[in-house]
Amino acid sequence: MAEAPKKSLFALLRESQVWNSIFRHGPPDNTRNRSLAVLTNVFLHLHPVKVRKSGLRLKYTWCAGGTTFFLFLVETVTGLLLMFYYRPTSEYAFSDILDLRSQVPLGIMREIHRWGAHAMVIAVWLHMLRVFMTGSYKPPREFNWNIGVLLLVLTLLLSFTGYLLPWDQLAMWAVTVGSNMARATPFLGNEGPGAALLKVGDISLVHAGDDARFALLAGRFVGSGALLRFYVLHCVGIPLVAAVLMAVHFWRVRKDGGISGPL
Amino acid sequence: MQGFKAAVDGICNPPILFSLIFALFFVAFLWKRVHWIWTPKACILLLTAGLAFVGFGLTDPNFHAILTKPDNVPIVGMLFLVGFFSWLSMYLGLKNDRRTAANLPPVEKLESEIKILVWPDLVYTEMLCMILWSVLLIVWSIYLKAPIEEPANPAKTPNPSKAPWYFLGLQEMLVYYDPWIAGVLLPGLIIVGLMALPYIDPNKKGNGYFTFAERKWEILTFQFGFLVLWVMMIITGTFFRGPNQNFFGPFEHWDVHKLVPLSNINLSEVIWVRVFNVGLPQNWLVRESFGITLVLAYFLLVPMVLGRTLFKSFFEKMGMVRYQILVFLLLCMVSLPIKMYLRWLFNMHYVVAIPEYFFNI
Repeated sequence: MAEAPKKSLFALLRESQVWNSIFRHGPPDNTRNRSLAVLTNVFLHLHPVKVRKSGLRLKYTWCAGGTTFFLFLVETVTGLLLMFYYRPTSEYAFSDILDLRSQVPLGIMREIHRWGAHAMVIAVWLHMLRVFMTGSYKPPREFNWNIGVLLLVLTLLLSFTGYLLPWDQLAMWAVTVGSNMARATPFLGNEGPGAALLKVGDISLVHAGDDARFALLAGRFVGSGALLRFYVLHCVGIPLVAAVLMAVHFWRVRKDGGISGPL
Repeated sequence: MQGFKAAVDGICNPPILFSLIFALFFVAFLWKRVHWIWTPKACILLLTAGLAFVGFGLTDPNFHAILTKPDNVPIVGMLFLVGFFSWLSMYLGLKNDRRTAANLPPVEKLESEIKILVWPDLVYTEMLCMILWSVLLIVWSIYLKAPIEEPANPAKTPNPSKAPWYFLGLQEMLVYYDPWIAGVLLPGLIIVGLMALPYIDPNKKGNGYFTFAERKWEILTFQFGFLVLWVMMIITGTFFRGPNQNFFGPFEHWDVHKLVPLSNINLSEVIWVRVFNVGLPQNWLVRESFGITLVLAYFLLVPMVLGRTLFKSFFEKMGMVRYQILVFLLLCMVSLPIKMYLRWLFNMHYVVAIPEYFFNI
């Protein structure tokens, strides 16, 4: 009696009820199922089902936008792990950073987070360069270019707010130098042009205790108020806004005709 | 070797370095006879030369000290990446230009009508990209530790104090402009200018493929801003600015006691004191009237003159509002090199100096 051919473990798995409850289409070996693989998956359906062949060439896209998004995800995951150990107060912040390397298993999370952040800044610049050099900001993609510029600014702000968190000399003084600029905001900074005009009688309305820099740092200098403020912006505030804008950005890539190509 | 190092350090001072970079930039993009630099052979040659320079530099203790600071390592990578991708976009653009000249469509057009399935072709590329980046980040993180210095101490200011590296271009502008311009106005205008770009670009050509000939002026303007005024300024701020924000060559020791004469002078002092030989007037409006006139003329007269001469076609194509915005943004961008040369040639400190209202230009 001829034996039935042995089925591989994977094939058996594929026939199981569990598998079929998750993936509601057959194996992706024909056009229909390959389309369904994208259409029926909430993550993959960020993509269209089909794309221009020219738009898939690495030579054309440099995968810079995709890399930026991937690095954002890396930052989210490693950042979440770091949040388990890091306390944003001036007593603990610095020693928690030291402990991240010496006491925590897999002590390279902070390294991945930091180098990933630098790489993300570079990747987002290269993405902008590619989009510019292929003229992809031209109609009908003007609006999405704008969203992209905002995302680029948010990337820099994410990196800047994160820069303070190690609470060492490098962090404190880099943020001091950076935030000193806010002092010179026209009308809103106490050393900005026009601020001296904003006064009632002898009482000046814009001074070191209520100007743009004070709002940024929650104080007159970089102290524990600034640390908490930067921490909240870094971990919650800016990522939330960036996530919303990314959703719009990806959505508009599709709605504006997919990855750009010659008309 | 000492002679070579001394020569490099000699070139590395702001006027010579930036004049060289400005010249190189325009020659590389505009002079057809050197367009062989946009070929793969030249790319390999330039990359090798760059790597060889870095490799040689690392044998020097001063160069080594500044280049291997943990946070500076990514900047070296950034320099090579930005260089490579600028080269790549020009290489692909010029290739398409040759096709256009031969009445052929751009390379991208050959495949742009063909649609292929995302599964498996795109998800496969994405997967590979993710794996490569994960491996790279992990290896990078094992071999290079993130920087950590002494605990934060508000009473001890490090010398030099620097912003994070991606803002060092802005910090470098502080040498030439006051914080309200270098730290607030110009960064704001960079963002506004980038966002306005699709609306003030009158050129409909070159949408969706690499080209140079069809978009020469756009590419020149953008790359001048990006490569020269952004990336080069970051490189300067990172590698060449040492204690007291003084300028140091790459092989020069960062000497805290380096003396640099401060002989900067305001326009109003030049005019009232040196030319008219009288004291500065008490009233700031009278005192600064020349500078204010100059700045107003720059922003009001130059657009009018350009609109009738060099930019005539832009003006006719774009209409008043868009033309004015375009020229205003361009003038703001060009004001940085102008101010740099005013400083280097005439020691010009402020064109308009009204410290009474923190209004210095």
